[in-house]
Amino acid sequence: MSDLKTKKHEPVIHITKRADLVWYKAWIIRAVAVLAALIVSAVVIMLLTKENPIQIYASMIEGNFGTERRIWVMLKELAILLCVSLAVTPAFKMRFWNIGAEGQVLVGALGSAACMFYLGDSLPLPAMLILMFIVSVICGIIWGIIPAFFKAIWNTNETLFTLMMNYVAMQLISFFIMVWVPNGSSVMGVINPQTKSGWLPEVFGQKYLLSILFVAVTTIILFIYLKESKQGYEITVVGESENTARYVGINVKKVIIRTMAISGGICGMAGFLLVSGINHTVSANLAGGVGFTAIMVSWLAKFNPIVMVLTSFIIVFLQIGAGEIATSFRLNQSIADIVTGIILFFIIGCEFFVRYKINFRTKEKEEKNA
Amino acid sequence: MKKIIALLLVAVMVLGLVACGGDKKDKDTFKVGFIFLHDENSTYDNNFMMAAKAVQKELNLTDDQVIFKVNVPEGNECFDAAEDLVDMGCDVIFADSFGHESYMIQAAKEYTDVQFCHATGTQAKVEKLSNYHNAFASIYEGRFLAGIAAGLKLNEMIASGKITADKAKIGYVGAFPYAEVKSGYTSFFLGARSVCPTATMDVKFTDSWFDIGKEKSAAESLMSDGCVLISQHADSEGAPKACEAAGVPNIAYNISTISMAPNTAIISSKINWAPYFKLMIESVQKGEAIPTDYCGTIETGSVELTELNEKAAAAGTKEAIDAAMAKFKAGELKVFDTSKFTVKGAALAEYAADINGDYKPDEGVNVIKDGYFNESDANAHRSAPYFDLDIDGITIK
Repeated sequence: MSDLKTKKHEPVIHITKRADLVWYKAWIIRAVAVLAALIVSAVVIMLLTKENPIQIYASMIEGNFGTERRIWVMLKELAILLCVSLAVTPAFKMRFWNIGAEGQVLVGALGSAACMFYLGDSLPLPAMLILMFIVSVICGIIWGIIPAFFKAIWNTNETLFTLMMNYVAMQLISFFIMVWVPNGSSVMGVINPQTKSGWLPEVFGQKYLLSILFVAVTTIILFIYLKESKQGYEITVVGESENTARYVGINVKKVIIRTMAISGGICGMAGFLLVSGINHTVSANLAGGVGFTAIMVSWLAKFNPIVMVLTSFIIVFLQIGAGEIATSFRLNQSIADIVTGIILFFIIGCEFFVRYKINFRTKEKEEKNA
Repeated sequence: MKKIIALLLVAVMVLGLVACGGDKKDKDTFKVGFIFLHDENSTYDNNFMMAAKAVQKELNLTDDQVIFKVNVPEGNECFDAAEDLVDMGCDVIFADSFGHESYMIQAAKEYTDVQFCHATGTQAKVEKLSNYHNAFASIYEGRFLAGIAAGLKLNEMIASGKITADKAKIGYVGAFPYAEVKSGYTSFFLGARSVCPTATMDVKFTDSWFDIGKEKSAAESLMSDGCVLISQHADSEGAPKACEAAGVPNIAYNISTISMAPNTAIISSKINWAPYFKLMIESVQKGEAIPTDYCGTIETGSVELTELNEKAAAAGTKEAIDAAMAKFKAGELKVFDTSKFTVKGAALAEYAADINGDYKPDEGVNVIKDGYFNESDANAHRSAPYFDLDIDGITIK
């Protein structure tokens, strides 16, 4: 009995935080996770649908890269998701939970659509586009600043506030469509289909190229802004600790409002791209949930704009692939959603293993203890 | 380790190419593409999908020749989907939702050697493109017949003393307040009132085509307002299930809801799209023109009623519906007979409806003909409904 007392208790498994993992080891963990996800999905696919999982994966790739046009469509989807992900990043880095990107995109879209609807072709195209861009960005900024202002002054809960602003934006769009299209169908239809006024022009014969370039430039600018600028540093400090920020003389209120203005402004730009570059119309579900997906994209990339290109690609690839599975196998899209869910579960889950190490009690140790 | 990811991707892509190399195109290279707003969970889209599958079977087409794109929103995604279907070699492309129209027109202008067909749209006659076509059906006749079943049920409730004649109020869950929905509930109401003269109706809009929660709560609030029978023009099972729970008789649209509400679902009116799909596909195969605007009728088999639930329906319902159907076929019965309804207390003598879709009454157009409102006349006007009046006896909540 006295033996037991001296024996030091050690659990079978214990978890320790990794001090610093070599970068390539982290990527090996991630690659193993993706592989494991593909295997698990394959088993699920076989059990549920009796289809060949290799063909299912092939059709996902086919859906994304099958034709030149599909690649452009994929890049366009990627650009929009990336743009909104970039938009939420400064706020998240500041630990300001901006759940309102959806609404900020929508008011931006509404701003552009209003210009197109009211001005028609009364302005030359370049002036029209610049005006729409400015109006959209301002709309987005206003939508972003309102909750930031309340947070900075009265410390209101920004998660709820920004979330509620989404619904206000949706209702606002429904209201304007009702005013613009009095037949009651709530379908706006393409704006200026004949004159194409306010439509982003094709570049090198590619209608989506300009939108994609807009986002590419934004990605680089935001990367530099967050990494190299003083303001970017202030965001990081406020995010780490507001008290520290105050102690070192940072005006926290100013940083919160300024950062949300940037966040909302980029969302507004995404709204401009959606209306002017892509849809040429507006509807309450124009953003299609991208404001929420973007949160995951931004987190997965650990707020690094360059890595976000990869994480948004993964999400877009899975979404388009899901649609293609539904089409080519005549399966309900639910099976594709299940596969997407499994893959995302593994990708997100593996970050745990990147950050923490699992130690098993080894035989050797047990012997030594005994 | 992005390189490894890239390598993995390349490996999977190569695998994909190998896997795809297997399937070759059929000898018969004809292809048809379908663009659906939702998937089979929506009663509206499921109705189209079932018809497309039935026609595929009837005409012996393979799955490679009949391509479905589901969950395509009413935005540029519709144009993307249409372009993708063109790339896949489709000879004719069909879209099922009102909001798809402007994107289908855009695609029709760009791909002039492909035929584009669109259900519920209004612009084919306005746009005058040789490869863009609209289609609908005289569903107002079907709704009138379903309305007869409703009226008889009200009569049964009055006869059994469950309600008094002045309490014969119908509740109607509608999606959006525009002509397609208004025409639908008005014809349903006129059908009910043709057998139950004291019937009135309350209408509630959900502002959504598919929202289980909103449709359920709209039905519930109509019932608590004293509606003793519910019908709907929205695409989820929300209303029928709420009615089953409350034990209130109900009538749906597009699919039979007997499985959802076994004790209370009476019947549904539906458009059977198979006759149109057959016409559309065979015209393209033969190289003949598809009608610019097509309105299916009871005669063509486009307007149908689903199975009658004897458990919920009043006695004599089948006979009454059959009799009215025979009258429709003989042209003796008109749904919007101007002697049978009034607008603001007066009978309608003439009406300039909005046919061309500019939200204004069309000048020089009179849709009142020989004492009835001439709804969905594809030859004279258009197939999509244009009856957008608020008649007396119906209250919008």
